[in-house]
Amino acid sequence: MQGLEVRGLSKRFGGLVVSEDIDFDLPPGARKALIGPNGAGKSTFANLVTGILAPTGGSIRFDGQDIAALDEAERVKHGIAKTFQITTLFSGLTVRENLRLPVLERQGQGGRLFRRADSDPKIEAEVEALLAQFDLLALADRPVVDLAYGQQRLVEMALTLALKPRVLILDEPAAGVPSSETHLIIEAIERLPEDLAVLVIEHDMDLVFRVARSIVVLVQGRILTEGTPEEIARNAQVRELYLGGAHG
Amino acid sequence: MTGRLLSIFLILAAGAAAYLLFPYNLAFLTRILIMIVLVLSLDLILGLAGIATLGQAAMYGAGAYAAGLFAIHVWADPVAGLLAGAVAGALLAAVSGAVLMRTQGLTLIMLTIAVAQICAEIANRARGVTGGADGLRGIRPGKVLGLWEFDFIGITGYWYAFAVMLLVFLALAIIARSPFGLSLRGIHESPERMVAIGVSVYRRRLAAYTMGGAIAGIAGALSAQITQLVSLESFSFTLSAEALIMLILGGTGRLYGAILGTVIFMAVHHVAAANDPFNWLFVIGALVLVVVFFLPRGLVALPVSLKRLAKGGRHAGT
Ligand SMILES: Nc1ncnc2c1ncn2[C@@H]1O[C@H](COP(=O)(O)OP(=O)(O)O)[C@@H](O)[C@H]1O
Ligand SMILES: [Mg+2]
Repeated sequence: MQGLEVRGLSKRFGGLVVSEDIDFDLPPGARKALIGPNGAGKSTFANLVTGILAPTGGSIRFDGQDIAALDEAERVKHGIAKTFQITTLFSGLTVRENLRLPVLERQGQGGRLFRRADSDPKIEAEVEALLAQFDLLALADRPVVDLAYGQQRLVEMALTLALKPRVLILDEPAAGVPSSETHLIIEAIERLPEDLAVLVIEHDMDLVFRVARSIVVLVQGRILTEGTPEEIARNAQVRELYLGGAHG
Repeated sequence: MTGRLLSIFLILAAGAAAYLLFPYNLAFLTRILIMIVLVLSLDLILGLAGIATLGQAAMYGAGAYAAGLFAIHVWADPVAGLLAGAVAGALLAAVSGAVLMRTQGLTLIMLTIAVAQICAEIANRARGVTGGADGLRGIRPGKVLGLWEFDFIGITGYWYAFAVMLLVFLALAIIARSPFGLSLRGIHESPERMVAIGVSVYRRRLAAYTMGGAIAGIAGALSAQITQLVSLESFSFTLSAEALIMLILGGTGRLYGAILGTVIFMAVHHVAAANDPFNWLFVIGALVLVVVFFLPRGLVALPVSLKRLAKGGRHAGT
């Protein structure tokens, strides 16, 4: 099968079961959302898929190939990338340098010694395009640490997109972003390449219903149900367990 | 590019001025130049890549013994000797780094100290080769580039060390701006994120450590050739620690900081030790405290800090 194929995935931290027997598919072009209460195991699931954590059991295949043995960096090279729920940037570097780094690495130029990092016009053009896409041009030469949190979230997303992934996992991309700027995130998601497989973990239901064609509900490490946004909105169990609780 | 030319010009001018102002202190000035090369190597791995180490003397000593032995047994050509020192430093860094670069923080610091101690112990035991505690003697380097003989006054030694220092500085200036240099800064800022953009942080750090080892080896080789002696002190903890203090004094991550910190540390040491051989450490200690508290980015940041202070800014140096 093309895309991501997860079977029977589980993860325990000591006695705590955080992922239990998860079956999950993410074919090219998918637009899925993963929702669930805090502590349901959403970030853990993303960490298992990207190789940050090792699963206790189950399998993860990508384009039919078992990727369990690949480490995080190798999975990135295969095209599986994720944004961090807690912003993780090169805070002392400028916004432009933050974006230049992943582009250089993707082009296999990150180890080059005897040319300037900013001397490749193709790479610079790509960096400029990302800056423009996320409305960051005016901030391009400021160190990331000087930016407002919402702006840092945009850099977080731009940095991950710079990797041109084939599977993109967004872990709460809008968390901490002022509502006046969420549209930038939504637009960025809507403008993603058609064939990219996208999984959004998010609490902002506006965002979820805008971008997702399919929603997976995770509760206490288990998939409760999966369906279209309409089905999920109508599902009594979901309303009670999640929407009802979190959103009045 | 003009910035690069200007910095070359400034360093050349400083080198010539020091030569003209202190013609009777060439040996001391040469020691400063050699130390600058060692501190520059530290700036690459600690300042740029954020690799904590208190064992840079290991690679310095390896380079010194390699160059000394090379001159005695193989070939007296100084430039070839520098290469031998660079190779020895790089090899030691690559082999020890293969383990060390998997660790971090305090563990890493302890291991770097241990490597230097082990090297010192090996050099001490291998008396037949290294001369043990008596030091390696009988190093007679040939003419530099076949043209300039090492003289008693130390003129050749001074300019030779100066040229090597300048070349190392320029090479590092280029590397610092390269994609590789940027990736080292990235690792310094956030190793997690570097992994998340597909980089093997371990391999990048090992490459940086090996390069730093080569440069430290060159510094050791210079010292062996110019003083024509290698002692066990080359591996000493004091040397590693002083190099670190010089770098912090000058400012990490910017190559000028390595030069400035070394010059000031050694000048203060020279003057203070001459006036009061017992208490000069207090002067250095006070200087370091002042810098750490008031100029956390080191003395290179002094102009910027003063400017801010003049403007009424309250966070000078930060
Ligand atoms: N490294 C860890 N060690 C122990 N427990 C963890 C670890 N990471 C997450 N957990 C626990 O796993 C559960 C799920 O966490 P997480 O995946 O972050 O949830 P979510 O992203 O859905 O809010 C939580 O109870 C959390 O405390
Ligand atoms: Mg989470």
